[in-house]
Amino acid sequence: MESVMVILVGILVTVATYLILSRNLIRVILGTALLSHAVHLLILTMGSLKKGNVPLLSDSDGPYTDALPQALILTAIVISFAVTAFVLVLTFRTYGTNKTDDLQKLRGNADE
Amino acid sequence: MSNLLIAPMIIPIMTAVVLVFLRDNVRVQRIITLITMGGVTLISLFLLVEVQQNGIMRLDFSGWLPPFGILFVGDQLALLLVTVASIVTAACCIYAFSTIGEAHEKMFFYSFVLMLIAGVNGSFLTGDIFNLFVCFEVMLLASYVLVALGGGKRQLRESLKYVLINVVASWMFLVALAYLYGAIGTLNMAHISSRVMEAGQDPVLTTISLVFLIVFSLKAGLLLFFWLPGSYSVPPTSVAALFAALLTKVGMYALIRTFTLMFPLQQDITHTILAVMAVLTLIAGMAGAMGGRDIKTIATYNVIIGVGFIMLGVAIANEQAMMGVVYYLMHDMVAKALLFLCIGMMMYLTGETVVKNMSGLIRNYPLFGWLYFLGLCALVGIPPLSGFVGKVLIGQGAITGGHYVLLAIGFASSVVVLYSLLRIFLASFFGETIIVLEDEVPIRKGMMGSLLVLAACVIFLGLGANYMMPFVEAAAAVLVDPSIYIDAVLPQGND
Repeated sequence: MESVMVILVGILVTVATYLILSRNLIRVILGTALLSHAVHLLILTMGSLKKGNVPLLSDSDGPYTDALPQALILTAIVISFAVTAFVLVLTFRTYGTNKTDDLQKLRGNADE
Repeated sequence: MSNLLIAPMIIPIMTAVVLVFLRDNVRVQRIITLITMGGVTLISLFLLVEVQQNGIMRLDFSGWLPPFGILFVGDQLALLLVTVASIVTAACCIYAFSTIGEAHEKMFFYSFVLMLIAGVNGSFLTGDIFNLFVCFEVMLLASYVLVALGGGKRQLRESLKYVLINVVASWMFLVALAYLYGAIGTLNMAHISSRVMEAGQDPVLTTISLVFLIVFSLKAGLLLFFWLPGSYSVPPTSVAALFAALLTKVGMYALIRTFTLMFPLQQDITHTILAVMAVLTLIAGMAGAMGGRDIKTIATYNVIIGVGFIMLGVAIANEQAMMGVVYYLMHDMVAKALLFLCIGMMMYLTGETVVKNMSGLIRNYPLFGWLYFLGLCALVGIPPLSGFVGKVLIGQGAITGGHYVLLAIGFASSVVVLYSLLRIFLASFFGETIIVLEDEVPIRKGMMGSLLVLAACVIFLGLGANYMMPFVEAAAAVLVDPSIYIDAVLPQGND
């Protein structure tokens, strides 16, 4: 199961890398969103996917599932959500002032 | 008692929230910001003295004992940096009061500055590596906003690049965390350290440490600094000074913790790579500083030289070098802020950024001219100012460790710093006066005040080295011998 998950993570990272390297800003942002999904899966996999009971002493007497990766992922999801929202607004403003969403045209002048 | 350890992070966050509701009341906002930063400075000074007397302090959130809960650890290194960071932020805020303009102030400028310092202080104090990631993100989100605030064409363009590069860097941070958790099963920094000590640092762990190296190098501007000159040159002066003083230092702090506390065992590999990266950073920084024509470029490449020099000390990694690193970190925060504020002031006064187009400023603004000269001397490392102590200690460390090449390159960088900054001084401050008395833009009290605060810190760090030394020695002792840190954090017999 772990190896299947890691391959899936690999595919997600590949797609995300492809998107990030493109010239269109929206695709770049989609790429970063995909990247964050990939790493969340990676954290889950690294905490090992073994089956176990809920980690509550009153409900069962083990073996328990490691709950920590879920907590980490939850935190990471919130952060990546906030950052993505911010980047989208920033892109919108950049598009408004610079009149382009092509990264090639956003490079800046040679004298700067 | 140890509850106070959270104060440097929680007080700015709470104040930032309060300031949101005082949007239209700019005056009140300024007063509250200043009081907050002053308060945080005093609290961190108090904590520093307390830790020096009673040993490393820790705060377990909601009573979960380490290694199970998240915790803050206050050792001398963290608290020294928190104290200096708070002072620098206060100074930059004072500068902002008279320069940033009402448009910024009404768009929650001070709230974001406070959020930034909360993230910075949290990163210094945390004892859990995932919490370090969270504090990094708090700091970065605030910095994204501060870079973009104002919304000029060029500013938005550069801030977009800054945000994207940091999003990718944060992603790599998470990847490294995932592998680390998979390999070692804990995220408490002291616990990681003790497990690495017990089991040895096998190739997998060394590889993970190298992923961390890439992540933190991106944040610190060590070799991977291609994003830095662009994004540090677009925001307003007070923001640029804050960034130059704080953001790269947080990355360096994380690097120091990674390679002294968590993964110190394979120094042949990790520290050699660190040394090579530091040398390349120094060379690139030197080239940029010598070749730059406008003052902003020269100043940003001086930041990169500073990063390279400090990482030389980290790569040498004996006790003297570590003392030098701690001292130079503090010095670099203060002196870089001073340099950036001076540069910003020159642009404010003349409206120019190219060195050649300015001249004779010292006749119009004598005090400002000499303050710039003071900052220059401190950055070059002329005794008795602050840079001297750090440079001597790192130099001594290099000689003791037999790293003569690193020594030569490190001190060559000082000469380049001298050349690049003295060129600005000679061309822009001396020479024919271009500003006639009637056109003189007056320097406001707040601007001068912030420069004076920073200059006083530079002088104190130099002349008061005797007072600082016990703290610096204790901080370096923890870096050289991680077991001090582990013993203070992990309760005995709980592993």
